[in-house]
Amino acid sequence: MVNASPMIEVEELSVSYAGKPALDQVTLDVRRNEILAVIGPANSGKTTLLNCINRMIETIPAASVSGTVKVDGHDVAEYRDPSMLRRRIGMVFPLPVGLPMTVYENVAFAPRMAGERDRTVLDESVERCLKQSALWDEVKDRLDDLGTRLSGGQQQRLTIARALSLNPEILCLDEFSIAVDPVTTMKIEEVLKELNKDMTIVMVTNLVLQAKRMADRTALLLNGKLVEVGDNEVIFSRQAADARTFQYVQGLFG
Amino acid sequence: MNASSFATSARTATNRRVESVGKTVLAGVTALLILPLTAILGLLVIRGAPALSLEFLLEAPAAGMTAGGVFPAIVGTLWLVGVSLAVSAPVGIMAGIYLNEYARANWITRMVNLAIVNLAGVPSIVHALFGVGVFVLFLGLGTSILSASLTLAIMTLPVIIASTKEALAAVPMAFREACWTLGATRWQTIRHVVLPNSISGILTGVILQVSRAAGETAPIMFTGAAFYLPFLPQSVQDQCMALSMHLFTVSTQVPNVPEAIPYATALVLLSVVLLVNLLAIAFRTYLRRNRKW
Repeated sequence: MVNASPMIEVEELSVSYAGKPALDQVTLDVRRNEILAVIGPANSGKTTLLNCINRMIETIPAASVSGTVKVDGHDVAEYRDPSMLRRRIGMVFPLPVGLPMTVYENVAFAPRMAGERDRTVLDESVERCLKQSALWDEVKDRLDDLGTRLSGGQQQRLTIARALSLNPEILCLDEFSIAVDPVTTMKIEEVLKELNKDMTIVMVTNLVLQAKRMADRTALLLNGKLVEVGDNEVIFSRQAADARTFQYVQGLFG
Repeated sequence: MNASSFATSARTATNRRVESVGKTVLAGVTALLILPLTAILGLLVIRGAPALSLEFLLEAPAAGMTAGGVFPAIVGTLWLVGVSLAVSAPVGIMAGIYLNEYARANWITRMVNLAIVNLAGVPSIVHALFGVGVFVLFLGLGTSILSASLTLAIMTLPVIIASTKEALAAVPMAFREACWTLGATRWQTIRHVVLPNSISGILTGVILQVSRAAGETAPIMFTGAAFYLPFLPQSVQDQCMALSMHLFTVSTQVPNVPEAIPYATALVLLSVVLLVNLLAIAFRTYLRRNRKW
């Protein structure tokens, strides 16, 4: 049975930082097991949108939010403990943030915090995540090295492995390729395609071509407003409903 | 490529001269700083030498403070420093954690921070009066190690809070955000990532306060330190002697004290402080050995 209800439902979401609007009445759905790309120029609210999905927006004191975000049919605001929500959603930042601990501990951190103590379970989880993020072969002999000693591209895959360590249903990536060379980017993109079989992926990207080759659907944000969201065949063709979409994906502005 | 572009121009020669003069001046000033310290130590050792002996360390004062040793004062100082830090270190560190990690940036937090800064600037004699008023009289603790230590604790708290906040703020925000997105709670993040990476900075703040607690005379003078006690304190309700107080006493209050005794007392006070600091520094180094970034 395929569950047809959307994985994420964003309804009339508005966010402002100290009165300065960042998102304005955005409504969009993310379907189960799709890859949704979010594109748009700087300051268009892409990262803010991701931060609303896992409620990280609350950690920014100046932010005020209205509207609702539902994950798997439940309003995220209903979680009394946001960490319970965040355990269902993997998040990858633009620049890899290796926690100041070993490669192994980086990947075992989230399960440990969720209460897992069994060493064999942790070992298996670490191996699985590092394999899923295509890093295992490169680091299997360096598990006790500091995560921060890995190369930039390896660190970014380490953060992906870490984000996978709780078997999330949703993986959010915020410009993951910004600090990574093209070859590593391709490697990660293959990884994401593979992961997409089991999870819903929302990826914010500045690379229009990356959205085109990776996503099932793409959303264009402009100054906090949703311009258009649709299937890639539509968005990346002349059939796009909004003229600005065509202009943006053709590189005519932005 | 023009070969002369690598030749020494007048400009780079000047730069190099400025560089070497600057370095010499800075090094010279730093070297000058060593002078007062060695001078103090040298003076204490030379003047105090006649009185220094194992007996001086292990015996009580005798003959109206004009003979004997400083053993009760050493013990008393260790009591005072120990009890005051046992109070101020945990309270200060916990308050620092709250203020840096949990408190929202509102007017109450700003008031608290302002109060801490101002409290740090209060002269120690004012702390002494506060100690007499609150601990000795109002709470009825009497003149005791407890009253004196609590007074010292109040005095050292603001600096411990401030240095704890500083050490915590030095841990990159990105670490916390990474932990939160991984579903770690605030406390888990603090316990497993923030504290392990700031503990050495926090301890530095505590270490600095050891010397202050051991060295101050005014706050303990009216609250728990005695001029002379023939016995060692048995509990925190007793009074005690203290090295700083004893130094004041033998230098100014008692006639006919041999000149060497105050100097030797000062040397012992300095050594006790340095010893406690060394222990704390060793502990810090032990904690820092697996710092990860």
